[in-house]
Amino acid sequence: MAYSDKVLDHYTHPRNVGQMDKGSAEVGTGLVGAPECGDVMRLQIKVNPETQVIEDAKFKTFGCGSAIASSSLATEWVKGKTVEEAMQIKNTDIVKELSLPPVKIHCSVLAEDAIRAAIGDWKKKNGVQESSAAPMVATAH
Amino acid sequence: MSAVESPTTPRNGTSHGVHLPIYMDNHATTPMDPRVLDAMMPYFTKIFGNAASRNHSFGWEAEQAVEQAREQIAKLIGATAKEIIFTSGATESNNLAIKGIAEMYKERGNHIITQVTEHKAVLDTCKRLEKSGCRVTYLPVDAEGRIDMEDLKRAMEEKTILVSIMFANNEIGVIQPMEEIGKLCRERGVLFHTDAVQAVGKVPVDVNALNIDVLSLSGHKIYGPKGVGALYVRRRNPRVQISAQIDGGGHERGMRSGTLNVAGIVGLGKACELCREELPMEAERLRKMRDRLKARLESKLDHIHVNGTMEHHLPGNLNMSFVYVEGESLLMGINDIAVSSGSACTSATLEPSYVLKALGLGDDVAHSSIRFGLGRFNTEAEVDYVADKVIDVVQKLRELSPLYEMVKEGIDLTKIQWEAH
Repeated sequence: MAYSDKVLDHYTHPRNVGQMDKGSAEVGTGLVGAPECGDVMRLQIKVNPETQVIEDAKFKTFGCGSAIASSSLATEWVKGKTVEEAMQIKNTDIVKELSLPPVKIHCSVLAEDAIRAAIGDWKKKNGVQESSAAPMVATAH
Repeated sequence: MSAVESPTTPRNGTSHGVHLPIYMDNHATTPMDPRVLDAMMPYFTKIFGNAASRNHSFGWEAEQAVEQAREQIAKLIGATAKEIIFTSGATESNNLAIKGIAEMYKERGNHIITQVTEHKAVLDTCKRLEKSGCRVTYLPVDAEGRIDMEDLKRAMEEKTILVSIMFANNEIGVIQPMEEIGKLCRERGVLFHTDAVQAVGKVPVDVNALNIDVLSLSGHKIYGPKGVGALYVRRRNPRVQISAQIDGGGHERGMRSGTLNVAGIVGLGKACELCREELPMEAERLRKMRDRLKARLESKLDHIHVNGTMEHHLPGNLNMSFVYVEGESLLMGINDIAVSSGSACTSATLEPSYVLKALGLGDDVAHSSIRFGLGRFNTEAEVDYVADKVIDVVQKLRELSPLYEMVKEGIDLTKIQWEAH
């Protein structure tokens, strides 16, 4: 199987690997996927309460190279964005950036779900209302 | 987090005294032994005759070479030369055996017994026969990968004409209880076919001692050429008859028409001869290397386990699950080593290995499996390189794995409400 250079780069040098304190009010955690399906992503964001800007992001992923690359890329993309901006990230953007083949599209969907789940968790913790424009998406798809 | 070893490392390099990439996928196919190639060479250009040409020396020479190969093959499995039918490979042999018997013995019965970890060449052949009036029982296997003889006894009935059970499994290397199956089939007067592709040449196979009536084998799994295989069809006690599935000139005693692939057949014969001469030594060497690989992996990694029993096992096979690491990502990290994975991501169907699932393993464990297939040309230095590389990449991927982290923190993963997608 041929991987794109960008997938290889993220796999070889994954960005923002690690974990942040789940208990912190500033941190939102999204855990999506299932071991039986062969991929689980945990994506965390740290949000500045004043500006709602995502100041840090961390991930860990169990999954194929494309899943690792999708989540690594997702952490790069959310950093510096406000939560509302981050909600606009689409799985199709990830597919395009990483040149994922059709059989790997689910990896990008999972990464989008992970972003939304992390933001959803942060909002819940901080009593922020879900905006109707960008509802939190369940992980089932 | 240190980076995972680059999958873009230049290929065909040398490292730690081994040549890269390393081929350790000998259940998929084997490199041809140079001695086999030497034996074949004259039959492409000089001795090119049609073995069915009866009236000139070109034909006679070709026929003589074919008959010698028949002897060499027969000798490896304890058969006689007349019981060997040449085919294009084991998939054809399996098709011919099962369809040919179902058709020939349809007056006697229409029930076939096989088991769930068979190769698709057997399973899909059986499925097709089910559409045309055959009934097929698919026996389960236990956690170790073997069928239960009591299940087989219970499945046998008045209309049972054939039992088709593989000798050794291509993924987990587990050897089925051949002697017991053969004995039972003989007592019940049921024909016994075995797909012995992975076993022939690797472990002793004797069709008489094991009461095997029909046996499939292939050239390219035993350091011979691709595109040639054989079917052993018992001629005495009982005399097995098979309906041809390919019609034509009536070659191979009418069971398989088509001009013989003389060079390929010569190669298959030579490959069998080499296997017979070297089997005891080679099996011992492979077993030692396999055990060395296993021990080295187990000494450095936790949460790994062997799939399938090690007690009844091919000497060159090791199928291991590296739990909390996904198989395809592991293969990506060890891309200078050719092995296989049971992960869904490496299959065309996106389903994890049905063989591993049949053992009762969860999909998560199947996703984490790697099959190492050691062969004639692997060396101890390669084994050490492979072990160290796998250890390195597994450790790095586990640093990336949320599951491994959770387990280390004492979280029970089965208690988590995962959302399947």
